[in-house]
Amino acid sequence: MSNDTSNAKFVQRIKNHPQYQELVSKRSRFAWTLSVIMLIIYYAFILVIAFAPKSLGTKIAAGSVISVGIPLGVFIIVVAFLLTGIYVRRANGEFDELTRKIKEDTK
Amino acid sequence: MRGIIASLFGLLATVWTPLLWAAEAAKPENKLNMTAILMFFAFVAVTLGITYWAASRTKTTKDFYAAGGGITGFQNGLAIAGDYMSAASFLGISAMVFAKGYDGLIYSIGFLVGWPIILFLMAEQLRNLGRYTFADIVSFRLSQVPIRTLSALGTLCTVILYLIAQMVGAGQLIRTLFGLPYESAVIIVGALMILYVAFGGMIATTWVQIIKAVLLLTGATFIALGALHHAGFSLEAFFRAAMEGVKASGLADHKKVVADSKDIFAPGGLVSDPISAISLGMALMFGTAGLPHILMRFFTVANAKEARKSVFYATGFIGYFYILTFIIGFGAVVLVAPNAQYVDMIKGTLAGGNNMAAIHMAHATGGDLFLGFISAVAFATILAVVSGLTLAGASAVSHDIYASAMRGGNVNEQTEMRISKFAALGIGIVAIFLGIQFEKQNVAFMVGLAFAIAASANFPILILSIYWKNLTTRGALIGGSLGLISTVVMVVLSKTVWVDVLGNKAPLFPYKDPAIFSMTLAFVGCWLFSKMDNSQQAAEEKARFDAQSVRCETGIGAAGSSGH
Repeated sequence: MSNDTSNAKFVQRIKNHPQYQELVSKRSRFAWTLSVIMLIIYYAFILVIAFAPKSLGTKIAAGSVISVGIPLGVFIIVVAFLLTGIYVRRANGEFDELTRKIKEDTK
Repeated sequence: MRGIIASLFGLLATVWTPLLWAAEAAKPENKLNMTAILMFFAFVAVTLGITYWAASRTKTTKDFYAAGGGITGFQNGLAIAGDYMSAASFLGISAMVFAKGYDGLIYSIGFLVGWPIILFLMAEQLRNLGRYTFADIVSFRLSQVPIRTLSALGTLCTVILYLIAQMVGAGQLIRTLFGLPYESAVIIVGALMILYVAFGGMIATTWVQIIKAVLLLTGATFIALGALHHAGFSLEAFFRAAMEGVKASGLADHKKVVADSKDIFAPGGLVSDPISAISLGMALMFGTAGLPHILMRFFTVANAKEARKSVFYATGFIGYFYILTFIIGFGAVVLVAPNAQYVDMIKGTLAGGNNMAAIHMAHATGGDLFLGFISAVAFATILAVVSGLTLAGASAVSHDIYASAMRGGNVNEQTEMRISKFAALGIGIVAIFLGIQFEKQNVAFMVGLAFAIAASANFPILILSIYWKNLTTRGALIGGSLGLISTVVMVVLSKTVWVDVLGNKAPLFPYKDPAIFSMTLAFVGCWLFSKMDNSQQAAEEKARFDAQSVRCETGIGAAGSSGH
């Protein structure tokens, strides 16, 4: 029988591999946590626009014309980028290392 | 192949030259457009050269659909960013910031925040489970024929709507910038996109997109620097100048802002109520995750690692680009709005139409030569984006409908590629025809509708097929169809189509964006009809989930995990 995912025994062997369990739980927890962080930031922003749009027009300092909405908007863009960086760093390191081990053990 | 490209190129030149002379004779003030035309010809020459090179390397379906899987994460990041930075977002968002101020930023943010979610939940899963189209993933354990058909339908709806909007925009933009008649402009864009896709496949489409992304990012950076330079690189001075600009502006939108004493640095009237705000946010965020021409790009990289890197780079480029459009929009308030050269002070309109803010900014910051460059970049942007869309549509026809649904996968690669090339030709002709038909129509709603369909038909079945074991063919079919149909019905009955296009008095559906309702319908439909599905087939589909998730998590057995 070939070692691919059409082979039920092979699939079971990978599923029973302790590091497979570790990979799946770690990655899904990490991915969903980051997703929830992004969603909370974005929908908080949307809800402020929906319910209190004026608050985003508050000036950042007395005498300034710049509203808090502007740095906040740029901040959301930067955070979105940083979150992708954080995920890629851990996934391309730790998660790919786990995957490599699983593949080696189940060859 | 060489002959065809050479003769088409010759044809383009011969069609264009007399038209140019005619335009020149009619409008002597247009002489500056020669720069734009020369630069555009240079772009076309380079991209046709790439198409020729790509054609010689396109031997298999994997080359044709997925560029042989040999694109790096960085290159793919640029290409994805290129797909996303359409002329509509470059001109449209800077124009929205120009006219409405802060509201433009709300759109940019909505367009951007979908990317991290795509990375966390979909990018590597797509790479590990799919080969050429997103339907590969949905039909991984579900029934091929109905799922492929539904996915192809969702793809074609999204692609055609998006294409029409791009074609109409292209025709209008090129008429304004180059003095070329509308129909000729649409035909030239259509002909070039057919050439790129039919002969060069994904390799040509990717490289055209990468070149254009670099040109656009460079051009936009210079405009933004020009705007900031004007304010001595002080943000405070820059925004203060924008505030003064609004007061001195001849634009009707700005006069209204002053009359209502509104703040251009705070959310305005774009988002009128909470339901619209959330609905718009959902369409922007999840629509991105269901756009077939974007999803297809994840199959051009070698493995999950490169797929992740693609999104990281793409998010960086797109975020940077949106910050630039924001600066360009406010820069135009400073330099374009109070200037009678660009604004009709009496009528309160912008020369060339509302979308021209960024183009005028190029002129205001860099003179005629730079205007020529940016005009050529805008044209190149349209070409690159429509090519990506055409390739996605052609793949749905050849890979999903023909090879998988009609032939059950038993098909010769060369035949499948030939079908795809003919499909590209067919889609191109349809796009040219509809582009000309819709010249006088308001097509602004079409991009919104394309996003809403992507969010409500493509995205729900895709994400559920990856994560929810109990999804069955019946559930996906009913849920996906509900999403597709309800989106179209709600948009047609909303103000954008029912009142603005069809001329009725009052809309039958009160909200502009249906996503909050249509996405909910799609998800509930998928869930309910999967739960109620007790067939033998459903049990088998659930049983296949284990194999799918092992491949999804580890990439074992993933299609062609090496480049060449």
